[in-house]
Amino acid sequence: MLSNKSIVFSAKNISKTFGAGKKITTAVNNVSFDIYDGEIISIVGGSGCGKSVLAKIMLGLYGPSKGKFHYNGKKITNLKKHWNDVQSVFQDPFSCFNQFFTIRSQLEDAFNILKKKPSKEEIKRRVDEGLLAVNVTPSDIEGKYSFELSGGQMQRMLLARIFALRPKVLIADEPTSMVDACVRANILDYLMKLKEELQMTIVFITHDIGLANYVSDRIFIMHDGMIVNSGTPEEVLDNTRETHTLKLLDDIPEVHKKEWIKNSHRSKNKEAS
Amino acid sequence: MVKLLKNLLKSPMFVIGVSIFLITLAIAFLGPVFYDVDTNARDIVAGPYAPSSAEHILGTDHLGRDYMSLLISGLRSSLYVGFVAGIIATTLGVFIGLFGGFRGGWVDEVLNMGTNLFIVIPSFVILVLISSAVKDGRSLTLIGLIIGLTTWSWSARAVRAQASSLRSRDHIALARINGASSFTIVIKHVLPYLLSYVFMVFIMQISSGILSEASISMIGLGPLDSTSLGIILNQAKDNGALSDGIWIAFLPATLIITLTVFALYLVNTSMEGVFNPRLRK
Repeated sequence: MLSNKSIVFSAKNISKTFGAGKKITTAVNNVSFDIYDGEIISIVGGSGCGKSVLAKIMLGLYGPSKGKFHYNGKKITNLKKHWNDVQSVFQDPFSCFNQFFTIRSQLEDAFNILKKKPSKEEIKRRVDEGLLAVNVTPSDIEGKYSFELSGGQMQRMLLARIFALRPKVLIADEPTSMVDACVRANILDYLMKLKEELQMTIVFITHDIGLANYVSDRIFIMHDGMIVNSGTPEEVLDNTRETHTLKLLDDIPEVHKKEWIKNSHRSKNKEAS
Repeated sequence: MVKLLKNLLKSPMFVIGVSIFLITLAIAFLGPVFYDVDTNARDIVAGPYAPSSAEHILGTDHLGRDYMSLLISGLRSSLYVGFVAGIIATTLGVFIGLFGGFRGGWVDEVLNMGTNLFIVIPSFVILVLISSAVKDGRSLTLIGLIIGLTTWSWSARAVRAQASSLRSRDHIALARINGASSFTIVIKHVLPYLLSYVFMVFIMQISSGILSEASISMIGLGPLDSTSLGIILNQAKDNGALSDGIWIAFLPATLIITLTVFALYLVNTSMEGVFNPRLRK
């Protein structure tokens, strides 16, 4: 199925190291993968496994120390051009916006990256559309600053920015880790909406394998800078014996696990009928 | 901004500090409107150490010049030197600290090494050496310039620490993927966060400028083109006012310097209390 689609990111034996000599740290270690157009890929792993560094490599903020990393078959050289297509949502919604400027002005600033900058009216219209897509009435944030909104609202603003900008690829770096459970579910819905309505390719970085299971087409499990397990959610999670995947599964609270099993049985029954 | 000002005005330290400083500014710059000030300090108006009278409120100095007039123009010169030194040291410090802290890497290492070197070398020694090397053209502005060029290192250090902690914040990464240039990022996304620090640093630099000028003038290496509070003290010292107990020749100048620096210190400390939430009570 995937072979018909074009490859968006292609990584061949990439490594990323920081420091030098005895103080060298390997954040990403000899990793290879292909990400196809329109997929939702989840990169799952514990703290310090290298998933965020990998996200920054995809975003072009870091270059790999070794190996080949290509976007649409080419090495990333022109960052501004790259960010025309590839955008990101960051982990900490509180530190994502400059507190000295209004949210709206910063959402509008995002359009500076586009090669052909739309007219002022068009930008305003698209920002409004972006806000409505995440269920925020544009007038509600008029003249508001980042410190006047809650963490969940801020994370929605970051997603509104993506809905307005409509990049081809979204790197979502742990967008759910700093918000409460009910906002978390909303964020997953918005990610699905971005995929379905705008056919966006999404790389979802998370430490929560349960969330990854809900939204992903494929999951990469990372540990110590390496991808230790990968495949569709079923391939990765059902009857797995891979130790790091099992450890991540152990971290899911029992209540969620029961719910999860119920849901997956339901979907299997549906398929059978 | 309004909230910040309200918080500042709630602090008695800030109100007292600003009031004293405003009074010194008013005396220096509005004084000549109400009092006959001889800015060149050349007019001999009475005999040496004449007592105070209706015409000469504080009497005269050892040459018979009006003492009040000397103090007003001295205060004016001292504040001028303080501002010149403050502007130069702050600009230089902010520029070096911001550039190093924001860029990071080897640029930061080199600039930080330079900053530390300037912190270690006693600036007063450099000040004395340069001032004594410039024999003829030692003007008020030049003294301010020298003080500014030798005391920027503390501001650079304060700003660098803040800038490097801001560098890793997500709003900077977001600005970058919004396509903002490094210049725009520094001006729009880093500097506003540092403004309070820059302002505090500026105030400290003014007060250290005033003190440095007083010290350098006291030992006779001050400006040659005008009277400053330090020069008044230098002349009092040279003419034996200290040993003879002629307190009027040195006490008012000393008090004005102390009050001005104290006022700036109060403003700075109270601002720190408002800007740094951990220090709020």
